[in-house]
Amino acid sequence: MRQPRRILPGFGLTLGYTLVYLSLLVLLPLGALFVKTASLSWSEFAAAAFSERALAAYRLTFGASFLAAAVNAVLGLVVAWVLVRYQFLGKGLVDGLVDLPFALPTAVAGITLTTLLAPNGWVGSLLQPLGIEAAYTPLGIVIALTFIGLPFVVRTVQPVLEDLEQEVEDAASSLGAPRWQTFRRVLLPAISPALLAGFTLAFARAVGEYGSVVFISGNMPMKTEIAPLLIVTKLEQYEYAGATAIAVVMLVVSLALLLVIQGLQALASRRGRSVKAGT
Amino acid sequence: MSESDWTLQSMISASPRHAAEDPPWARRTLTAVALVFLALFLGLPLLVVFAHALSAGLDSFGNAVSDPAALSAIRLTLLVAAISVPLNAVFGVSAAWCIAKFDFPGKRLLITAIDLPFAVSPVVSGLVFVLLFGAQGLLGPWLQDHGIRIIFAVPGIVLATLFITFPFVARELIPLMQEQGPEEEQAALSLGASGWQMFWRVTLPNVRFGLLYGIVLLNARAMGEFGAVSVVSGHIRGRTNTMPLHVEILYNEYQTAAAFAVASLLALLALVTLCLKHFLEWRMGRRQGAADAA
Repeated sequence: MRQPRRILPGFGLTLGYTLVYLSLLVLLPLGALFVKTASLSWSEFAAAAFSERALAAYRLTFGASFLAAAVNAVLGLVVAWVLVRYQFLGKGLVDGLVDLPFALPTAVAGITLTTLLAPNGWVGSLLQPLGIEAAYTPLGIVIALTFIGLPFVVRTVQPVLEDLEQEVEDAASSLGAPRWQTFRRVLLPAISPALLAGFTLAFARAVGEYGSVVFISGNMPMKTEIAPLLIVTKLEQYEYAGATAIAVVMLVVSLALLLVIQGLQALASRRGRSVKAGT
Repeated sequence: MSESDWTLQSMISASPRHAAEDPPWARRTLTAVALVFLALFLGLPLLVVFAHALSAGLDSFGNAVSDPAALSAIRLTLLVAAISVPLNAVFGVSAAWCIAKFDFPGKRLLITAIDLPFAVSPVVSGLVFVLLFGAQGLLGPWLQDHGIRIIFAVPGIVLATLFITFPFVARELIPLMQEQGPEEEQAALSLGASGWQMFWRVTLPNVRFGLLYGIVLLNARAMGEFGAVSVVSGHIRGRTNTMPLHVEILYNEYQTAAAFAVASLLALLALVTLCLKHFLEWRMGRRQGAADAA
């Protein structure tokens, strides 16, 4: 692999095209967001980005996303475990279906979940006698975000579980460790970077999610209004400065999450290798 | 592998594996928890889409999907996909070529920048184009003077979709090409192939399934995108409505059966996408990480 690599043609052409296309389509438009923000004074920016209504929207967005990602971390781990370790009828079909939330347009997911959970829906009508309201409440938002983030934990943990050498576990058990202790001391450390990466991916996706949530949330300011919806509302009222300020806050959070995810994925693949090598 | 290795190998695999196996009650409980969770969150919604689409009978299903507004939404969705897929596929191949086959400073940063659109909220992705090309945007006055409409028109929808689906093919091809290394291409060149001959005869055939995989995911997202497109489209019925936007309008007008009829077409697209994805994964003989389809 270490021979001189410049022998291959096309480096200048492809790098040039990549940079121009990337700049025009992604970097320049994102730059416009910061140019627009720079035209606001600090007090204008703070008034829009940290108003009572905006703060309530952030709390709801991050809180619901965190809960949804946590549900997915626990149940996603169970799903990954069952898919890797056990045999059962229809396993291939179940495994393929896990990716449905990636493939199903978010608006379809949104109207479907709302219809299911509405007071007269298949599930909502069962929940109503129990005094649980899911549609048009924060609970509904958490459910929609759980749907959207479902594949992330499964798909990040699954390959790590598959690569784990069963010998390490066997060794632990043959030395007399109870099953639970083997899981906690041997398996969990090995899969935790992947689990955390999956959790963060699901959280990051949920924070920006719009399509599946607008239908189910009821969209009441201060109560069930998520941050992406607040941006759209401001835009529809031609409050460009307000929309921009909230968008910048969301963008900065997304960028931070992107860096965390890349770090975790690098850690997960390193940890995966070292476990495989038996260290 | 020598004789003694073989013996050792068979001894290991013949050794009792039950040591690390879960007790039957744990096995049953975990399987039940996983299957109930997936049935509630994936199976049930899928069932609901098709049940509601057909709830008013086949005739009204047919009327809903052949209504002029629905047809124009389908046409626009196909048009947007037909523009975004080839543009972002060519970009993906080009980016993967320079990143996977060459070393240069700033490569890590470039890979991160390519990932950016996946990290940004769809709503913010739409907003940046409004800030750039909208009536009050940075280039708005200039565009208005020249009679060019981008926001609340088809070009805006195409731009937002291009942004949202930007990384799909690049992300798929970079690790694939890195794994394959430059040896086969170098061999082709030393045998006298030209650059393009090498590309068409060696590089492209080697990555064809990975490329198709990226295109399948890119196409599904391009046809299904809602948030970003909703911000730039202006929802002009019959002109700037894509299928997901048409679903929203019907749903908000309480035409539930019609909304689900159009939604069921998108759900079918999702199922076809999953089948193709599964087939391509099988052809490539590997499993995909979650980040791919993010």
